[in-house]
Amino acid sequence: MLTRIVIALVMTVALQFIPAHGWLQLALYLMTYLIIGYDIVLKACRGILNGRMFDENFLMTVATVGAFALAIYEKSGDYLEAIAVMLFYQVGEFFQSYAVGKSRRNIAALMDIRPDYANIEKDGKIIKVDPDDVEVGQTIIVQPGEKIPIDGVVVSGDSSLNTSALTGESLPREVREGDEVISGSVNMSGLLKIRTTKEFGDSTVSKILELVEDSASRKSKSENFIARFARIYTPAVCYGALALAVIPPLFMILFAGSPFDFSTFETWVYRALVFLVISCPCALVVSIPLSFFAGIGGASREGILVKGANILETLSKVKTVVFDKTGTLTEGVFEVNAFHDPEDHNLNEGKSRMLEYAAIAESSSSHPIAKSLQRAYGKNIDRGRMSELHEVGGQGVIAVIDGKQIAVGNEKLMRSISVEPCHCQTAATIVHVAIDGKYAGHIVLGDVVKPGSADAIKDLHRSGVTHTVMLTGDSKGVAEQTASRLGIDRVYSQLLPADKVSRLEEILESVNSDGKVAFVGDGINDAPVLSRADIGIAMGAMGSDAAIEAADVVLMDDDPVKIGKAIRISRKCLSIVWENIIMALGIKGICLILGVFGIVNMWLAIFADVGVMILAVLNAIRAMYVRKI
Amino acid sequence: MSKTYKIEVDCANCANLVEEAARKVAGVKDLSIAFMTQKMKVTFEDGVDQDAVMENVLKTAKKIESDFQIL
Repeated sequence: MLTRIVIALVMTVALQFIPAHGWLQLALYLMTYLIIGYDIVLKACRGILNGRMFDENFLMTVATVGAFALAIYEKSGDYLEAIAVMLFYQVGEFFQSYAVGKSRRNIAALMDIRPDYANIEKDGKIIKVDPDDVEVGQTIIVQPGEKIPIDGVVVSGDSSLNTSALTGESLPREVREGDEVISGSVNMSGLLKIRTTKEFGDSTVSKILELVEDSASRKSKSENFIARFARIYTPAVCYGALALAVIPPLFMILFAGSPFDFSTFETWVYRALVFLVISCPCALVVSIPLSFFAGIGGASREGILVKGANILETLSKVKTVVFDKTGTLTEGVFEVNAFHDPEDHNLNEGKSRMLEYAAIAESSSSHPIAKSLQRAYGKNIDRGRMSELHEVGGQGVIAVIDGKQIAVGNEKLMRSISVEPCHCQTAATIVHVAIDGKYAGHIVLGDVVKPGSADAIKDLHRSGVTHTVMLTGDSKGVAEQTASRLGIDRVYSQLLPADKVSRLEEILESVNSDGKVAFVGDGINDAPVLSRADIGIAMGAMGSDAAIEAADVVLMDDDPVKIGKAIRISRKCLSIVWENIIMALGIKGICLILGVFGIVNMWLAIFADVGVMILAVLNAIRAMYVRKI
Repeated sequence: MSKTYKIEVDCANCANLVEEAARKVAGVKDLSIAFMTQKMKVTFEDGVDQDAVMENVLKTAKKIESDFQIL
């Protein structure tokens, strides 16, 4: 292509100095024209044969052939314009495919975390194999500087890992024997032997790649709008051009007494050709998906995975952010702070027995509270002592341990087995324990607020989010204390998992005209809420497949500050999209109107087409740079 | 049943036009072309011969954009 452009350019310049006239001149110009534009003419012909007129090729062919015809008719020998139009159009196309291709590769490289091979040891030697061929449980070797190809557990060695490609977090993560490691992170210092726990296809890195690659096929409303627009626009302009070439001269012949010959038509035909050149929809059509793609690419670099252009678009309209408390705003790691007896005094005797029962009863649950009870208990849990287990959603569990009926849960659970719990004075998470239908006391647990949470909320308010809401299953006291400390506007406490969905629906209804609602959760037990919200944001979800499935936006680490950042990225991207739409339509619109009055000549028309496209592409690429947003 | 194909198409508007036309090919339930990633995701109707459908998809696409390729 480039050679064709250069040859045509040289020939065009040379033709200016060759004193050829008449047919020879025409033949030379036609030759140049065909060199630069034969494929366009061919495509236009094929389009007509296939019954599909009115594409760019058609526009360009008609415009240039028309310009030739005019020049022949006028005997002016001014074929330069026709050549120039085709030449610039091709330069524009060439630049477009170069720029788009280049930025596509750049963005793709941002997202490219795909490991190419895995090392396994065979007969004392390290060999490289396709990660797809590694089975679960096999040991792989990762040398310093290599990517971990498959999720697994370190069996020997210690090292620090760079997870920045996954999370945007630049601090390295230290790992030792027994630690879980995630594929896609880069081993920085020591040799690691890793026992794989997943197949390559199920590993984090594959899941992420799948998600990001799919994101481009989920199109935004503005993209669909432009695609529809382009379908109507091109034929409309063609008919407009035809009308422009025919109607005004006819009018002049009939009413102004102009002579009925081509001289009347001449200027109008020229204007119609200018019209055709301006009208190409390329700038719009290419810049919009490019902007979204760049935005998604830039966000993924920051550890924010957006599942599609449509989602980026909705995200930019978010005005209400609803948070789940545990694991989102707080660490989700509870610490056992105290044990109280039925009179709410500190318990000295029997607290270890209470903790033991609670830990065994909760041993099969993955809820953060259950986990922290197990951790606080510290010893091995003998689940054989438990003969019955009945889970009451959102309340707790009732189990039979050592033949005794043990109920562990909140006040509601206690009342449901007609035990009157003692109301604890501490604003904290309380786990009540009843043994054989008798109230034994309660365990006081404290959840730690994440260091970034307060800043994240402030940041959201600054980025134009008007409402922040917190949903939690916790007691009113804890919930309100946390919310006021973080600056959250509204709190709904003591919710069952099912309540969260209905609360969210209430919120969705109450704000229906005022922007979109995002829900932020850890994705472990709030998948239904995530999928119900306009935008579901799952955080810290590197390991959880369910969260990646249900959410629209996945934050790779669990830093709540990323929420505001994600919203700002989407706003930037969307404003670029609209800038491009307005700029392209505006410039073209103005040029079209000026073209009707003959103020715009062919040269300006070429700028309106190619120049606008170049500007739009350059502007679109800006969406990728979101580091300091 | 859906499959993703790597494609080659060099103009964004052509990609849109091909997408629109290829959606109407018999046996195709849904079809989406991502110009940026140069990928085409095709969801087939149940129990169709996928190769035959894809042949028609390619033929339709070529009619609109002769440079269109499925890799």
